[in-house]
This record gives sequence, structure tokens and C-alpha cells, in this order.
Amino acid sequence: MLRIENVNTHYGPIQALHDVSIEVKQGEIVTLIGANGAGKTTLMMTICGDPQATTGSVQFDGEEISNLQTASIMQKGLAIVPEGRRVFSGMTVEENLAMGGYFRTKAEAAETMEHVLELFPRLRERFSQRAGTMSGGEQQMLAIGRAMMSRPRMILLDEPSLGLAPIIIQQIFEIIQKLRDEGVTIFLVEQNANQALRIADRGYVLEHGHVVLEGSGQDLLTNEDVQKAYLGG
Amino acid sequence: MQNSKFLSALFAAGITFVLACLMIGVKLDTEGTELAVTGATAEQWTWIGLGIGLVFLSQLFSNQIDAFFGKLPKPKLGGLLPEEKKRAALKPWLLAALIVGMLVWPFMVSRGAVDLATLTLIYIMLGLGLNIVVGLAGLLDLGFVAFYAVGAYTYALLSMYFGLSFWMCLPISAGLAALFGFLLGFPVLRLRGDYLAIVTLGFGEIIRILLNNWTELTNGPSGISGIPKPTLFGLEFTRRAKEEGAQTFHDFMGISYSSSYKVIFLYLIAVLLVIFVIYLINRLMRMPIGRAWEALREDEIACRSLGLNRTTIKLSAFTLGASTAGFAGSFFAARQGFISPESFIFIESAIILAIVVLGGMGSQIGVILAAIVMTILPELAREFAEYRMLLFGLLMVVMMRWRPEGLVPMKRPHLELKS
Repeated sequence: MLRIENVNTHYGPIQALHDVSIEVKQGEIVTLIGANGAGKTTLMMTICGDPQATTGSVQFDGEEISNLQTASIMQKGLAIVPEGRRVFSGMTVEENLAMGGYFRTKAEAAETMEHVLELFPRLRERFSQRAGTMSGGEQQMLAIGRAMMSRPRMILLDEPSLGLAPIIIQQIFEIIQKLRDEGVTIFLVEQNANQALRIADRGYVLEHGHVVLEGSGQDLLTNEDVQKAYLGG
Repeated sequence: MQNSKFLSALFAAGITFVLACLMIGVKLDTEGTELAVTGATAEQWTWIGLGIGLVFLSQLFSNQIDAFFGKLPKPKLGGLLPEEKKRAALKPWLLAALIVGMLVWPFMVSRGAVDLATLTLIYIMLGLGLNIVVGLAGLLDLGFVAFYAVGAYTYALLSMYFGLSFWMCLPISAGLAALFGFLLGFPVLRLRGDYLAIVTLGFGEIIRILLNNWTELTNGPSGISGIPKPTLFGLEFTRRAKEEGAQTFHDFMGISYSSSYKVIFLYLIAVLLVIFVIYLINRLMRMPIGRAWEALREDEIACRSLGLNRTTIKLSAFTLGASTAGFAGSFFAARQGFISPESFIFIESAIILAIVVLGGMGSQIGVILAAIVMTILPELAREFAEYRMLLFGLLMVVMMRWRPEGLVPMKRPHLELKS
């Protein structure tokens, strides 16, 4: 569904990604792990077209998207939950969700909103509360819900566990699996390697802008190098 | 702690002393051909001394004073308002009463008051326009007056060269100002914050200097005079019809001529324009685009992640704000009958921005109130002559100290906990 081939990305003269190739198939959860500064977020942003890949190709559903504008990429059935949640803190939960359904008709958006609220009962409780006054976990749910509002076929999640309590992280990962069961393909970038690999079908390890390892989630979990570097084994 | 308090109080008293000496203590008078410096009278010195003492003491005991005011019971304004449901039911009636009041009021007061009200309405329009750009979309625009100037000159020039009427020029002015907003916005909207402010500031000056120097077209600093007043379906408000065949209002109605009809007519047009602008902006704010402006102000990255095109959204806010200013500008030209680049200096931009900030960014009612305060207060303070600006500054300082969010902060829906 998403195919990244030999992508190189530069920030000015600095090369952040070196010949990265990754594939995410329909219905999979694929996770990308790596240390700080390995290029995980850069890869995410390259998919979204900001910065654009210097060379290589990014294909979504067989369509080349590496030279499109961010705004048009995000309207192709791809959604991203950005790092650090980034909900609109001054707006209510309802307004935040409505922003997610910006490009859809009122009726469609209302239908999806109902669906999101069923998925996240907590958001229904907080429906007319300002997003900025909610807890980190609730905000993360809202950020995921907002991304869902465009009815994407694929969601990119950038560090959804960032700064959350372990029990909340557990909930977030359960939600991610639930999304997959609904048929949404998921590409998950995580530092929390242990939990991310547990739910992933396949995984990639990124180091200094290179993909150094790939394999099924289970393989990577038991891989010695991965254990040493990311799982504290 | 006590020591630093004492020092800061001393410092404040010193500043007051220096300022008071310069502004009140020393006076320049012309005696024949020479300038003479005269000192203040003994009475004035006593007042200055008292003022300095007051500043010193209030600084020294600021903690105690704050504590005292904190203890004073605050009036519960919330209790005075009827309940939510009743308020919702009352709202259309109140609005209708307000509009009727505004339409009837000018027939009962003096010409001067109506004229002042018209000016206020112009500033309300300008404030509402800038409110979209600064308050909602969060783009700091320091050259807003440029669009006002474009609107005013559009009408003035079109009527001078082509004899177009006010009603025809009104939409053209708005459109042209919008076009200028679009042209300026396209390259500069990738800038943020201070950088955007500087570019817009420059743009405001460019337009003014252009109007000043393009003498062949705009008459330069001497301005354009004799701009025709609006007509009511072709009826003029002059004593005698200017052209053959044209009819005047008082002839048509069969009443005797009075110059106040014209003033009232202008006021009524202004009321209609303001209502139109408020209605339009209100509608837009409820549409997704209005929400997108706010969302963009809050978090640009999140907006982009949702597939929103930030350039389009910013441009729409910028263009719409500019067209409102163009509206106000062409009405201003019609009311004034004379415009020159002098009317569009930077201080005008600053006043409009002050209206938006004072009223509470994003809040329409706040902006309207602030526009009223900012135009009527200088008129009321006319006796203070040269101290007017001082009072103005004082008002600003006081506002920022006690109501930094503005007179009527923008209301966001919030959940109330019910126990």
C-alpha cells in the first residue's frame, strides 16, 4: 500500500535519510524503531512531503506522491497523527474532530464523528471541553480520532506513547490494534520498541538514516542486537 | 525584599519626576521672535510634588494595596444576567431593539453627535476587518491602513475621472482592496510573526508614499477634494441639484432643506454597512473556513497534517480583512468629501490594531466596544488638549495591567461542572 524506495532526504547540506526502502502492505501494522536522531520523524515527514525526498520514490496505492504538496498528499486517504499530539488546545473536542473532517460533507463527517466517539467513549464525555484542558492520554486519543475523521485507509502514527503513563500507553496500543481490525493500515514510529514490536506484523530498525534491520515483529523482538540496543536486554 | 521594594519605588518616583519636569514643569513660549523657557508656577510644582509622592508611596506599598483591592468583594455580574435559555430567547428581540434604536437615535440628537457616531462606525468596520486577520488568523498586520487607503482612493479617483457613483464604487473598492491584499499576501504569507509585521508595515508606508508622490494621478499631498456624497436612488442631499434633471431629496419629499439630512443619511448608510459586515463575518466564522483560521493560529503543523493548505487559508483571511477595509475606505472618502495621504498614516494602523487588542482578539463585541471607546474618548477628552495622548497611553497601560485579554475576551464554549 505504501512503498518507499531508495529515498534520500536532505536538510540543506545534511543528509538525514540514506537509501531507505520500506514497504507497508494493506491491513498490516508496520513499526519503525530507532534511537533519537535516527531519522524516524524525518521519514514520516518525507512521506508527507515536507521536506520532499531528494531522490527515490514514495508510492501510495501505486501512485507516486513524493513530488506532491503536503496538502494534497494528506487528502489522498493518508492521515498522520503528528508527534506530540498537536491538538488545537483552545478548541473543543467537537471542533477538533470537525477540523479532521474538513474536506468531507457535513453528513459524512457527522457519521464518522459518531464512529470515533464510539471508539473513544472518553471523548464523548469531554465533547464540549477544551482540548488543552484534557490529560495527555485523552489528547492522544483526540489526535488519533481527529486523524480518523478523514476516513483514511492508512494512518501514520508518530510516537503515540510519548510522555504517557504506562497504563495509558497500553490503552493506546489496544486502540491501534482495534483500528487495524477495522481495516486501517498502520505505520507506527516508536521509541517504545518493546510494545510496538509486540503488536507489529513487521518492523524496521533505523540507525543514522539507514535501515539496518527488518523482519517480523517477533523476529525483531528476539533479535540479539535489537534487544541490546532498544530493549535493554 | 523590603529594600528592593524601596529601591524600585525610588526609581519610579525618579522617572515620574523627570517626566513631569519635562512635560509640565518647563514650557516654551514665543516672546516676539524668540523662544523663552518659563518654569511652572508654584501651584503646579505642588501638584507635581504630590504626584511624585503618590507614585512613590503606591510603589512602596503595592503589595498592601493589591491585597486591599483583592479583599474588596467583586460585584457578581453573572448573577445579573438572565439564565442561559432566557438569554437565547431574548437575543433576537434585543438585537432588533438595538437596530431600531440605532436607526431612530440620530433624529433626536445633534448633528455633531451623529457625525461622531458615523466616524465610530467606520472604525468599527476597520476593527472588524483587522480582527479577522489578527484576532482570528493570528497574522500581525501593521499596515492595515494601506487597504483603507486603497478603498478610499478607488472611490475618489473613479468618481473624479469616470464619474462613477458611490454605490457602484463600493463593491469595486472592496474588490480592489481585496486584490491588493491578495497580491501582498501571496509572497509574504510564508513569513511569520515579527517578519510579517515588518513587511506589512513597509507595505502601508509604500502605499502612502506612492499616493503622495504620484502627483499626476492622485494630486499628491494636496489630496482629492469634492468627492460626491452618496445619493439615495439618485436623490441628492444638496441644496440644489448639481446636474440638470437630477432631483434633490428635500424637493422629492416636499420638505424644506436641512443640512442634517445629509449627516443622518450618511450615518444610516454606515449602520447598514456595519450590519452587513457583521453578518458576513459571523456567517464566515461559523463556516469551516472560520474554524480553519482559528486552527491555523493555534497549530500550523497540525493543520497541515489534516491536509489543509495554509496559504489558501491565510490568503482568504488576509483578502477578506482587506476588502472590509476597502469598504470602510470608500465610505470614508464619501463622508469626508476630501482625502489626502495624510489620512492614512501609520498611527491609523496603530489605532485600529489597538482597537482589536483592546477589545479582545477575535471577539466581535469586544472590537465594537473598543472602537466606540477609542473614538469617543478622544472627543470627550478634548479639553485636555495636549494631554490627550497621555490619557490614551494611560488607558492602554491600565488595560494591559488589569484586562490583558481585552474588554470582552473571545468566548470559547466551555463545560461547566455541575455538582
